[in-house]
Amino acid sequence: MDDTAGTEADKTNPELFTLNYARIKIPFEITLWVLLASFAKIGFNVYHKITVWVPESCLLISLGFVVGGVMHAVRKEPPAVISSNVFFLYMLPPIILESGYFMPTRPFFENVGTVMWFAVVGTLWNTMGIGISLFAICQIEAFGVQDINLQENLLFAAILSAVEPVAVLSVFEDISINEQLYIVMFGECLFNDAVTVVLYNLFNHVAAMEVDEPAVIFMDIGGFFVVGLGGIFFGLLFGFLTAFTTRFTGKVREIEPLVIFMFSYMSYLIAELFALSSIMAILICTLSMKYYVEENVSQRSCTTIRHVIKMVGSVSETLIFFFLGVVSITTEHEWNWGYILFTLFFTLFWRFLGILVLTQIINPFRKIPFNFQDQFGLAYGGLRGALSFALAFTLPNSIPHRKLFITDTIAVIIFTVFIQGITIRPLLKLMNIRKTNRNLETINDEIHKRLMEHTVAGIEDLCGQWSHYRWKDMFMKFNNRFIRKILIRDNRPESSIVSLYKKLELRNALEILDTMSGDISAAPSLMSLYEERKNASKHKKFLPSDVENMHELLSKNMYKIRQRTVSYTNRHSLPNENIAKEILMRRHTTIRSSLRSGSFHATNSANTSHKFCSLPVGQSLNSGFPPGRFRHTDHIDAESETAYPSNRSTFRHQRRSSSKAGIPLRPLNDLREDNEPNEEMPNKMSHPRSKFRHSGHQTSRQYYGTSRNCRDTDFEEQQSSLSPHGWTEEPQNNSDVQHPLMRKPQ
Amino acid sequence: MGSFQSLPDDHQYRTLSQKTGFSLEQIGILHNRFKQLSQNEDTLRRDDLKTIQDLESNPIRSQIIEAFFDKRNFQKDATGSVQEIGFEEFLTVMSYFRAPAHQITEEQREEIRRAKLRFLFNMHDTDNDGTITLEEYRHVVEELLSRSGALGRETAKGIADAAMLEVASITVGPMAPDEFYEGITFEQFLKILKGVEIETRMHIRFLNMDTTVLCK
Repeated sequence: MDDTAGTEADKTNPELFTLNYARIKIPFEITLWVLLASFAKIGFNVYHKITVWVPESCLLISLGFVVGGVMHAVRKEPPAVISSNVFFLYMLPPIILESGYFMPTRPFFENVGTVMWFAVVGTLWNTMGIGISLFAICQIEAFGVQDINLQENLLFAAILSAVEPVAVLSVFEDISINEQLYIVMFGECLFNDAVTVVLYNLFNHVAAMEVDEPAVIFMDIGGFFVVGLGGIFFGLLFGFLTAFTTRFTGKVREIEPLVIFMFSYMSYLIAELFALSSIMAILICTLSMKYYVEENVSQRSCTTIRHVIKMVGSVSETLIFFFLGVVSITTEHEWNWGYILFTLFFTLFWRFLGILVLTQIINPFRKIPFNFQDQFGLAYGGLRGALSFALAFTLPNSIPHRKLFITDTIAVIIFTVFIQGITIRPLLKLMNIRKTNRNLETINDEIHKRLMEHTVAGIEDLCGQWSHYRWKDMFMKFNNRFIRKILIRDNRPESSIVSLYKKLELRNALEILDTMSGDISAAPSLMSLYEERKNASKHKKFLPSDVENMHELLSKNMYKIRQRTVSYTNRHSLPNENIAKEILMRRHTTIRSSLRSGSFHATNSANTSHKFCSLPVGQSLNSGFPPGRFRHTDHIDAESETAYPSNRSTFRHQRRSSSKAGIPLRPLNDLREDNEPNEEMPNKMSHPRSKFRHSGHQTSRQYYGTSRNCRDTDFEEQQSSLSPHGWTEEPQNNSDVQHPLMRKPQ
Repeated sequence: MGSFQSLPDDHQYRTLSQKTGFSLEQIGILHNRFKQLSQNEDTLRRDDLKTIQDLESNPIRSQIIEAFFDKRNFQKDATGSVQEIGFEEFLTVMSYFRAPAHQITEEQREEIRRAKLRFLFNMHDTDNDGTITLEEYRHVVEELLSRSGALGRETAKGIADAAMLEVASITVGPMAPDEFYEGITFEQFLKILKGVEIETRMHIRFLNMDTTVLCK
C-alpha cells in the first residue's frame, strides 16, 4: 500500500529537489576552478606588499600545493586540464594573444634584431647545451639513468629552455627598468615559446622514431625554418584579413571584438592544421593587425578588446600555475637526486653562458649596448613556468622516464620561480641597473623625438649614409601610400603627434568626468560623444544620438546638483522643476558650443594648470571657446583666472557686463554689495543663504524670475567655488543663454 | 678654409680629425660626399643641398639645410649665416652627430649632450635671440605636421600652444597672471628634454660603403 502510494505519488508529484550533478559536471567544475583561481588572485592583491616581494606565480603555486594536498588527502583526481589538446588549443592561445597584443610595438621593432637573435639562437644554444651535458651526465653510472638516450635528453632540454616572462616582467615594470632590457626580455620570452614548441615537436618526432641517424635530425632542422616562416606567413595573412574586415564594421560595432578574437584564433588553428608554428602565427597576426585595427574600431570596442584579452589571458595563466601546484602534489614522482641537481645546475649555467656569449656578439650592432648589469638581469630573469610544465606533462607515454622528466621539470620550475623570482628584485636594485624615466609622455617629448628623428634622417640623407631610420621612413611611406588606403576606413594620414594629442585630450576628458561626477559611468558617454563628434564633423550637425548622449551625461550630473539646490533653497522655494530644466539647458548649450568650436581648444586650457594664462592672450587660446575651465585647481583664486587675467571680484563684474541682459541684474548687484560688508565669509555656506534671505525680503515679483536666474548663476558660481566640480564654465555662458531664458519664466 | 685643397691631404685630414673627432676613414668618406654634393668645387652652397632628392620629403628640410650655414654651429659666439661653406665647416656640423665613445666620463657625456641640444636649439631659434618664442615653435610644429595634409592650421597652432604651456608649467612653475612667458630659453630646453636620451639617439652610424653611387 505504501509502495504504490509512494510510486503514485512519485508519478503525480515530481520531486521538488533533485540533484542532477552529472549533467552539469564539466561546466561546473571549470567554473569552480576558475572562480577559485580568481579568489586567489583577489586575495593576494589585498595586501599590496605581498605581491611586491613575492611574485604572484609563487603564490599561486603555493595555493595549488595546498589544494593539491587536500585533494590528495581525499583521494580525488584533479581534472585533466593539462592534457595535450586542452592546453594547446584552449589555454595557450589566450596567453600568447595577451602578450602579443600588449607588446609595445615601436621599441619592439627597433630591437627586433636583438630579440630574434636571443630568442632563436639563444634557445637553440640552451637546448643543445643542456641536452648534451645531460647526456654526458647520464653516462655516469652512479646516477642510474643510463637508458636515457640523446634524443630524449634533447627533448627534455627543449622543454627546459622555455622561458616564462610573467613574473620577471612585473618585477621589471615595478622597478622601472630601462626600456631596452624590458623589451628584449619580453620579446625573447615570447618568441622563445615559439621556438621551443617547434623544437619540442621536432624532438618528439625524432625520439618516437628511435632512429639514431644524425642526417634526419639535420633535415628536420631545415624544417624548423619552414615551420617558422610558415607561421609568419599565416600570421601576416590573418592580420591583414582582420584589419581589412574591421574596415567594414562601421555599422555593426558590437561584433568588432568578436572579429578580432576569431581571426586571431583562426590563425592559430590554421597554423596548427598545417603543423606550422602556431604561436608565431598568432603573434605576428596580433602585431600586424593591432595598429590598423585600433584605428578602425570604435573606442568602446577597443576597450572591450583590451579588457577581454587581458582577462582571458590572465585567467589562463592563473589556472596553469594553479594546476602546477595541484598536480605536483597529486602525481606520482620519480626522484633522482643526481639527475635533477645537475639539471638545475646546467639550466642556470647554460643560460648565463649563453647570454654572455650572445651579448658579446650582438653588442657592436646595437645602438645602446648592454652592460654587465643588463646581462645579469637577462640571465637571472630566465624563469621557467607554464609552458615548460605543460610540455612536460604532454610527453607521450612511450618515453620510459616520463615521470622523471615531469618531476624534474617541476623541480626546476619551483626553484626558478621561488628562488629566482623572489630574489631578483632586491638583486636588481642592489646592482643599480639602468632605469628608465617613466614620466608620462608629454607633447614636448613627442615633438622633439620626432624632430630629432627627422633631423638625423635628414643628415643621413645629406651625407649619404643609411641606417634603420631610412627603413623606417621607407616603410612609413609605403604604409601611408598603400596599406593604409586598403585597411583603414577613414584614411587620413595621421601624425603620431596628433594621435598623442588626441590621446591626451581623451585622458583629460576622462579626468574631467572623474572630478565632476565622481562616477566613471559617465565616461562612456563622453567617449561616444567624442567618437560621434569625430564622425559628425563631416555632417556638421548634431545627430539625435549626440543629443541623447548629452542628456545622459547631463542627467548624471544633474542629479547631484539638484540635491544641492534643495538644501539651499529650502527657505522659500520648493525644488522647482524649472530650476532643473534651466540647469539642463544651460549645460546643454555649453557643451554644444564648446564642441562646436572645436574641442582642441577646449581641452587645451583644460590640459594645463590654468595659472599660465599669460601667454600672448587673445590668440588661439581664446578663439571661440567659452573661457571657463573644467578642472579644479587648489586655489579658489586661480579658479577665477580665465583667459582674462582677472581676480575674483572682477570676475563677477565681467560676467555681468558680458551678459546681454543688463538691466534686471543691477538690482541684484546692489543687493550683493549690500551683502558684502555684512558678511565676513567665515563660512562660505552662509553666503548664499544670506543672499536669498535678502532677496526674499525684497522680493518684487516682477523680477523674481530674472533674479532667480541670476541668483542661480550666482549661486552656481558659489557652488563652483565651494565644490569645484566644473561648474565654473557655467556662468560664462550665461551671456549666451540668458536671452532664451529671460523670456521664459515670465 | 683657404688652406684646404680639393685633393685629400693627409696632414689636413689629421688636423681635422683631431678637431672634430672623426676617424680618418670617416673623414675620407665625408669628403667624397662633400665633393659629390658640391660638384667638385671647394665650397658648398644652399642650392647644392637642395638638390638632394631624399631630403625633399623631410618636413624640416629647410631648417636642416639652414643649420649648415649657421655660424653659431661653427664657432662659439658667432652669429649670422653664411652663403657657402667649406669642408671644414661641413665636418664641424657633422661632428654634432658623431656617436659618443663608450668610455667617457660623466662630464664629457654631459658636455656632448649640451652640444647636441645646442645644435637643436639653434635650429629652432631662427632669429637668434636666445629663446624659442611661440611663433618659432608654432612654425616648427606646423612644418612637422605639414605631412598630414588633413590637419588644419588651427590644430597645429593648438598643439604648439599646448606644448608651450607644458614647457612653461614644467620649467617656470606657477606664474602670476600678469607675467608674460617670453619663450623657451636654452636652460629650459635642457630641462624639458632631460628625459630623452639625446646622446644615444642623435648620431649617425657610419657604414663602410661607398654610398656615392647609391645615393643621389
